[in-house]
Amino acid sequence: MSIEISENLRKKIEEIKNKFPTGKSPILPLLHAFQDELGYISLEVEEEIANIVGVSPVYVREVSTFYSMFNNQPVGKYHIQVCGNITCWLRGYDEIVEYIKKKLGIDIGETTSDGKFTLSRVECLGMCDHAPVMQINGDFYGDLTFEKIDEILDSLE
Amino acid sequence: MSVKILTKHFGIKDSHKINVYMKNGGYKQAEKALKEMKPEEILEEVKKSNLRGRGGAGFPTGLKWSFVPKDTGKPVYLCVNSDESEPGTFKDRHILEKDPHMLIEGIIITSYTIGANEAYIYIRGEYYPQAIRLQEAIEEAYQKGFLGENIFGTGYKLDLKIYRGAGAYICGEETALLESIEGKKGKPRLKPPFPAAVGLYDCPTVINNVETIADIPTIVEKGGEWFASLGPERNGGTKLFAVSGHVNKPGVYEHEMGYPLMKLINEDAGGILDGLKLKAVIPGGSSVPILRAEECDINLDYDSVMKAGSMLGSGAVIVMSEKTCMVKALSRLIHFYKDESCGQCTPCREGTGWMLKIINRIIAGKGRKEDVDTLYYIAKGIMGHTVCPLGDAAAMPVISFINKFRDEFEYYAINKKSMVE
Ligand SMILES: Cc1cc2nc3c(=O)[nH]c(=O)nc-3n(C[C@H](O)[C@H](O)[C@H](O)COP(=O)(O)O)c2cc1C
Repeated sequence: MSIEISENLRKKIEEIKNKFPTGKSPILPLLHAFQDELGYISLEVEEEIANIVGVSPVYVREVSTFYSMFNNQPVGKYHIQVCGNITCWLRGYDEIVEYIKKKLGIDIGETTSDGKFTLSRVECLGMCDHAPVMQINGDFYGDLTFEKIDEILDSLE
Repeated sequence: MSVKILTKHFGIKDSHKINVYMKNGGYKQAEKALKEMKPEEILEEVKKSNLRGRGGAGFPTGLKWSFVPKDTGKPVYLCVNSDESEPGTFKDRHILEKDPHMLIEGIIITSYTIGANEAYIYIRGEYYPQAIRLQEAIEEAYQKGFLGENIFGTGYKLDLKIYRGAGAYICGEETALLESIEGKKGKPRLKPPFPAAVGLYDCPTVINNVETIADIPTIVEKGGEWFASLGPERNGGTKLFAVSGHVNKPGVYEHEMGYPLMKLINEDAGGILDGLKLKAVIPGGSSVPILRAEECDINLDYDSVMKAGSMLGSGAVIVMSEKTCMVKALSRLIHFYKDESCGQCTPCREGTGWMLKIINRIIAGKGRKEDVDTLYYIAKGIMGHTVCPLGDAAAMPVISFINKFRDEFEYYAINKKSMVE
């Protein structure tokens, strides 16, 4: 089965090939580009990238599964990634994550039944000056309190 | 008042834009370097400056550059390490957000010095907004002719590209970083050969941290001797200290090397949260040995922190108040190293998982009396027995936490509950 590649993605693929012409270097940028567009790295995406770069699909799979940011399954429309490392823990991670779990009715690693939110625990995000922090689809939210979490999550459509 | 090098533009509106940077003297040092200085002259200044790598290891930057072999017929690469994934570390992010052009100017000067015509910035994937800002800054620099062909009319050419990581701490280790740019899993290489000789695409390569490179324009401007004079012997310049944890004002503070740790905590960072007492500090990012409060009367430079039994590392100061349970704190770190071990070396792959099982068991109230000794024994077994220093980084917190807070660990294992909570 092959996948539908949008005009936008096709353009990005060309850009990546030109920018990183050497060996297998295009793989990571391609994985990012496909995930940005399609939400996760399916087997079909791995095959597509393998074809573009000239490696076996299993090679792409090895790479994509090594890096934690690549989702190998679909995630919710909003992927909430809460930092559980030392500084965020010192500043209240345990309470924060419990609050989000209750609010959404899901555990870490789960997606709400309407497909809107996925909750993950991640390692240090480099935002320790604003601990506790979370990242949702690329955007950082820091100095979290229960009220702030309500405000943020309720504002997401 | 401390001298400000890296944060001097941080308060200025739109400090990330090229026009603002240029209005404040930006890109003059790159022009001076390319037009008036020979690469050897710049190298000499950097050697004199006593600048030591800000990525964690503190290796003398000038010496590293001098290892690049001449006339191999192969291209030379510069790779800037912006992976910044060591827990507690967030200093480079501030440079990327507030002064990306200082970094780019440093990259131009460094590349010219080592003879590179192509440079990469490897940025952790989570720094997505930062990567966008950096890309905009790179495009501005191309438009002004500071990147690309014939820079400042000198005939020198430099291309600069961003390569985004994707959530793997190990890719901050310099050879794993190279593997990652080559489109592979981030598994560290055996050294030697060192990257200076055999690096990216098997070509000579210099890898430096963001903060290291951002210091270069100022060294060219004010001279190596001036930079060296800012810190104690063998520790030149200022340093960004990233303070986090139980303090009133977490943040990045720039001071001369050798700045007192307690002053940083009590004055810059506003003291301990809720008026509590200080219990412990990790002075250089999660990988370095922890210090008890009474050991914290030290100065922050590579040699002084080493003398105190820890390391300055990345300059990430993680502060813990008297309310902190050391067993739970350590469990966070072990979880991290277990997650981030690349799996290549057995002691690290198996050892981190084994340690996590034990510490989780203790926290779950199912500890055994011998657990603390077993943890210690496993950490000793990892230490020094792996290809890269991630193994040591996983072992050192365990060894130091147990050495300094053994009573708390034994209490938890035997009494099935925390001594402090
Ligand atoms: C597990 C591990 C992670 C590392 N992460 C980083 C990092 O995120 N950023 C960094 O600059 N150096 C990191 N380093 C250090 C690099 O290997 C290397 O020493 C450094 O980038 C060299 O630059 P410098 O001499 O300017 O410090 C890491 C090292 C190890 C072992």
